[in-house]
Amino acid sequence: MELKRLLICGTAALALAGAAQAEGVKVGMITTLSGGGAGLGVDTRDGFLLALKNAGDAGKQVELVIEDDQQKPDVAVQIADKMIQSEQVDVLTGIVWSNLAMAVVPAAVAQDKFYLSTNAAPSQLAGAGCNPKYFSVSYQNDNLHEAAGAHATDAGIGKVFIMAPNYPAGQDSLAGFKRFYKGEVVSEVYTQVGQTDYAGEIAQIRASDADAVFFFLPGGMGIAFMKQYAESGVGKPVIGPAFSFSQDILPAVGDAALGVKNTAQWSKDLDNEANKAFVETFQAEYGRLPSLYAAQAYDTANLLLSAIAKADVGDADAFRAALAEADFPSVRGKFRFGPNQHPIQDYYVREVVKEGDVLTNKIIGPAMTDHGDAYAEQCSM
Amino acid sequence: MLLAEQALNGLQYGMMLFLMAAGLTLVFGVMGLINLAHGSLYMTGAFACAAVAAATGSFWLGLVASLAAAAAAGALVEMAVIRRLYARDHLDQVLATFALILVFSEGTRWLFGSFPLYLKLPASLSGAVVLPGGLHYPLFRLVIIGFGAAVAVGLWWLITRTRLGIRIRAGEADREMIGALGVDIARLYTIVFALGAALAGFAGALVGTIQSVQVGMGEPVLILAFVVVVIGGIGSIKGALVGALLVGMTDTLGKALLPGLLSRVLDASSANTIGASLASVLIYVLMAVVLILRPQGLFGARG
Repeated sequence: MELKRLLICGTAALALAGAAQAEGVKVGMITTLSGGGAGLGVDTRDGFLLALKNAGDAGKQVELVIEDDQQKPDVAVQIADKMIQSEQVDVLTGIVWSNLAMAVVPAAVAQDKFYLSTNAAPSQLAGAGCNPKYFSVSYQNDNLHEAAGAHATDAGIGKVFIMAPNYPAGQDSLAGFKRFYKGEVVSEVYTQVGQTDYAGEIAQIRASDADAVFFFLPGGMGIAFMKQYAESGVGKPVIGPAFSFSQDILPAVGDAALGVKNTAQWSKDLDNEANKAFVETFQAEYGRLPSLYAAQAYDTANLLLSAIAKADVGDADAFRAALAEADFPSVRGKFRFGPNQHPIQDYYVREVVKEGDVLTNKIIGPAMTDHGDAYAEQCSM
Repeated sequence: MLLAEQALNGLQYGMMLFLMAAGLTLVFGVMGLINLAHGSLYMTGAFACAAVAAATGSFWLGLVASLAAAAAAGALVEMAVIRRLYARDHLDQVLATFALILVFSEGTRWLFGSFPLYLKLPASLSGAVVLPGGLHYPLFRLVIIGFGAAVAVGLWWLITRTRLGIRIRAGEADREMIGALGVDIARLYTIVFALGAALAGFAGALVGTIQSVQVGMGEPVLILAFVVVVIGGIGSIKGALVGALLVGMTDTLGKALLPGLLSRVLDASSANTIGASLASVLIYVLMAVVLILRPQGLFGARG
């Protein structure tokens, strides 16, 4: 008798728990919150949280677990295992770095979890390795660099020195730049991930006959390089993707970045309602300007909310279809997914300017319109 | 011209390693202590410099603060923890000083947060200067080379020309005997430890200025500093200087030249990966060769 009652209670409790779970969606955010890459992860987290807050009651359906990956692939894998197995999240998101994404994403989607990328989008996951459960809301890694290559060609830069860290996103970066750059690449240099001293590379730049330097160095790497480059007196103009001159980098680099051109799919001065609301509420909430990473995470959260409103995450096919519609007000204005579930969107050339005392970016023109990526056709889903 | 600039880079890197290794080799030589927490003192100096420079607006005050804070932290740690370890074996020392790394890192994170700090150079030290031969080189890196050389001369003077130096050398040779002769060993050890800590903190502040100041910045440098100590010979300041310059040059020139050489036969990405790993292996090859030829290190007294 006693046993029977226990069983009934237990079953009822389980049923209740099941019902409670069906209402909301549990999201695991793995991102970098310490070390030289912390600025990127903090903006990712804050952008995501802001979107949930701005959504009011709809945002409360998302239960968010956040953990710091310390920019280490092994730590990211451990966190992902824990989130999938013991926390039983439905959706994973937040990874900034492509080497970490390569360590986590294939295993996560194989265990039937959705992964929505707020930033890292390595070519390996866009082509033959694409997956129905993997969406990149940011871009495909090559994109911003392709736009920079196109811009360098338009600007008539004849010879360029190109440099990126040696990891998946760095390789994608230089491949992307070269795909759309028509001039001569005089030297192609890979640095170490997390490198803090660039004296050797700066010496090579000085000795080269390049007219300009293209570099992709996100986070603390970009700060260290730009500071040392400004001290070195080399003086060749630099261009890069938005990552190298993002809002998280500019205050530390200072006036050395003024006037530098960089390419992005978003800028805080993009003229649309969603973006105005985003920039305004972000500043009110956190007291600083949002970066590209914050904008991407904000879009990711809004995409997720749009899918939650249409389908139950337990019904994977319906949920995937809802995500693929991309029916949300993007801060980029127009936004849609291509066949490999990576964005087809516009890219712009931005310039670093000073507004009052604050260094920031301003759009000066288009770089590419309705641009997809080079790997979509290798993807068969 | 490129080679000259890379050689200067190697020299600057070597001088920075020397500042780290000098303290390490003194502590190791005089007290027989393996101090893994030396990198934490380097970090302490960097954070002190960043905090004071931000608060007062003066980089020079920041540098002074880095010396003072690291020396104070060193003295405190010596009296509270390290003192209990001299009689223990090396494994206990490694364990305890590793624990100190964790305490320092967490403490710093608690005080300053996880974000890296960035220092601004004063106008008088920023920019590049033209060297004879027309080479442009950042002034501050030359200043680091100058500081390193000054510290080397200062330490040489301290060790060979002062009473404290005599005691340090005596302590290295026979610690029981100088105790019996009435030298206050405990105080001597605290002073030597604080001196080593101050040099590490100074190195941290200088490097933090050109790179960034963040938690965990000391550990990668510490490993190389140990290599320098082993190459130079334990307890020898001269050995630390020669070892540091050798390691700095080998590492910088290896990294500068190897990828270029390899890229003639490989693509850029793999030439860089292989070149960079070969360059870091070069240091250990150098160490192995020195150990085979002179097991006590280049200038080591003991075998």
